[in-house]
Amino acid sequence: METLLELKGITKVFGDNVANDGVNLKIFKGEIHVLLGENGAGKTTLMNCISGLYIPDQGKIFWEGKEIQVKTPQDAAKCGIGMVHQHFMLVDNLTVLENILLSGLRKRFAFLNKKQKKREVLELMRSYGLDVDLDTQIWQLPVGLRQRVEIIKVLYNDAKLIILDEPTAVLTPYETEELFKVLKFLTAQGRSVIFITHKLEEALRIGDRISVMRRGKIVHTFSSTNVDKNLLVRLMMGEEIEEIKGKKSSKVKKDKREIILEVRDLYVKNDQGTIAVKGISLEVGKGEILGIAGVAGNGQSELVEALAGLRLAIKGNVYFKNKDITNAPPRLLRDLGIVHIPEDRHKHGMIGEFSVKENFLIGSYYRYPFSKRMRLQHEYIEKYARMQIKKYNIKVSDIRMKAKYLSGGNQQKLILARELSKFPELIIAAYPTRGLDIFATKFVHEKLLEYRDKGASIIFVSSELDELMEVSDRIIVLFKGEIAGSLSAKETDKKTLGFLMAGETLLFSERK
Amino acid sequence: MIDILLAILNISFLQAIVNMSTPLLLAAIGDIYSERAGVLNIGLEGMMLVGAFSSFVISYHFNNPYIALIITIIIGFGLGIFHAFFTVTLKADQVITALGENILALGLTSTLYRIIIGVTEIQPECQGLPVLYIPAINRMPVVGDIMSGSTILVYIAFLMPIITYVIFEYTSFGLSIKAVGENPKAADSMGINVNVIRYIAVIISGIFAALGGASLTIGGLKYFFDNMTAGRGFIAFAAVIFGRYTPLGVFMGTLLFGSSDAFQLRLQTLGIQLPYHIFTSIPYIVTLLAMIFSRQTSFSPKALGKAYVRSS
Repeated sequence: METLLELKGITKVFGDNVANDGVNLKIFKGEIHVLLGENGAGKTTLMNCISGLYIPDQGKIFWEGKEIQVKTPQDAAKCGIGMVHQHFMLVDNLTVLENILLSGLRKRFAFLNKKQKKREVLELMRSYGLDVDLDTQIWQLPVGLRQRVEIIKVLYNDAKLIILDEPTAVLTPYETEELFKVLKFLTAQGRSVIFITHKLEEALRIGDRISVMRRGKIVHTFSSTNVDKNLLVRLMMGEEIEEIKGKKSSKVKKDKREIILEVRDLYVKNDQGTIAVKGISLEVGKGEILGIAGVAGNGQSELVEALAGLRLAIKGNVYFKNKDITNAPPRLLRDLGIVHIPEDRHKHGMIGEFSVKENFLIGSYYRYPFSKRMRLQHEYIEKYARMQIKKYNIKVSDIRMKAKYLSGGNQQKLILARELSKFPELIIAAYPTRGLDIFATKFVHEKLLEYRDKGASIIFVSSELDELMEVSDRIIVLFKGEIAGSLSAKETDKKTLGFLMAGETLLFSERK
Repeated sequence: MIDILLAILNISFLQAIVNMSTPLLLAAIGDIYSERAGVLNIGLEGMMLVGAFSSFVISYHFNNPYIALIITIIIGFGLGIFHAFFTVTLKADQVITALGENILALGLTSTLYRIIIGVTEIQPECQGLPVLYIPAINRMPVVGDIMSGSTILVYIAFLMPIITYVIFEYTSFGLSIKAVGENPKAADSMGINVNVIRYIAVIISGIFAALGGASLTIGGLKYFFDNMTAGRGFIAFAAVIFGRYTPLGVFMGTLLFGSSDAFQLRLQTLGIQLPYHIFTSIPYIVTLLAMIFSRQTSFSPKALGKAYVRSS
């Protein structure tokens, strides 16, 4: 096999943190090379070094045998290296065509012949079997199509090596299949793909070769034909992992079901002013976990925000223990025992610039014993923060450290610790495991199950079907703001959920 | 009531609207570039004042308004670089920087006027821009009557919305500006130099704000007095928001504010028994009322007011 890209001794250091430690890697022409590793293993940093976002401190990069200097993304693009970032690099209120053109601008001032360029892009899309409406604005597209735009962008710049950073994290099972087909097609045309993931099954399915990364180093490279799955996991984690110990289903008997939360015919608008939640009705019983599945952007976020008091419901009612709490302010909801673990933890879950200790105070700073006659009780607060840190095993060296410097998993633990310590009756958790590694994910699951068994009701929004089926008692699927299906978690399977998420209600009801 | 109607239902009132709108239009259209690129330019007021002052002094000194015009463009270029240096390079707060600039401009122009011209009994006048007759425009019905006999600045002002529309819709430069103002990180990853685009955009804003100021002196009164812009920079800024950052919208916005100014001047001449201050405050009240109806923030560029810091 011919080598397309070779890395020799790539080292990148951030402060005290060695993100990449003398990495050697070879990418062949026409292969899908999977870079597997848990969060923080240094996968993305390594790719940023190749794509010109970072400049490595040490090491050399060879492209088709010649040493190259990649100092900016443009340098990388000129060589033929294209990156599809985890957070899409698209301008939301420009059209698909404009975004693609933007990536290929050569001159600062030139007239754009949009008609001709459109024909060129359509031609390109046809040759790869990719289909997107070029005149739609990005914000109107579902995530899967946005990713497709990114891939077209990269191909428009004639990339020979395409790097995808956690591409399946935001996709439905169906969209994932589509992506895999596209990738296979690309490699069949002689292009190479680097596929970053922390999901084992995917790595095994799509990879021609798999390199395992751990603590900034590549520990081993396998050919996908002879992989020992156990060895792979051990290399990746550095230790064995156990299955979740929590009880599989709720202890509470169906006939004695006490309704904690009832939503009736709820309508909510999104930021663009269009109706995102269209007449949703649902119930959550005591000691029950209700999973909400759906492709991102089908109304989950708006529903959760409306329930948490952060977004106005324009129609319909929400009852908590038979009390009407429609559009009640967040403080009242919190006082009633409803806590919210928000989707975007940086924006709504914590204040990065505040210390870890101060972050524990958010939402209860005005309450006894945190404050007494308007004075904060620092001694008690510190004791409390230390206790929670110990209880939730949060890795933090100093409670006065700014919360933004914690890793993603530890930030989420902080939020969980803060919210769950209020002994909530209803927990609204939106994507609580997003971006977390296996250990942190497991921890979140265990905590949710623990509180369910203590009698709390939980709304659990996720895009990962595996975890939804594992943790929930019931699952509802949202599609275009409506409930496409409501199922018992035990009796359903991934395929059914996948169908419902793609909006194929008809097909499903016929089968039933 | 009939008096009022008679006062506004004639060609000369429309001409007054054009004259009153020109300074606002120049400053506001230029500001679109800056805002769409993500840099707030509340320093328009100060930039206009400096432009008004420098064009007056230079025309007064050289007795040539066109030399004054060219030097004002250069000064506007400098004002743009000044604002961009603070907001783009130093990443200083865009509002505070502009506040400082506005106060500095007021003090600087008033002081320099006293040093250069001194205190005089009669307002010294400078050479104004000559009026131009463009045959093609002259021949047009109505438009010809309104526009003919305007200075070059008026023609430039009323051409700019079209030029700006073309730039934003059909050129790579316009596309880059929009990308930089909406999602600088994405623009950066696609090989667009965010800081260079922002510099150019702010410089364009600086030049047109200075020209807007010049249209008050060499294109209008031919003399200068302290704080002569009297908040027109802020009104132009409001017109940009009112016009939702689009050339056509901003054009309509400046016409609205310009016509309210023309209207209040007419009212003053009617001899209504009211203090004239009430009439002069009309444009500002109209501005406030207009803002009530344009409070949607979803139209503003998402990265507006935020400095771009790479990586992290």
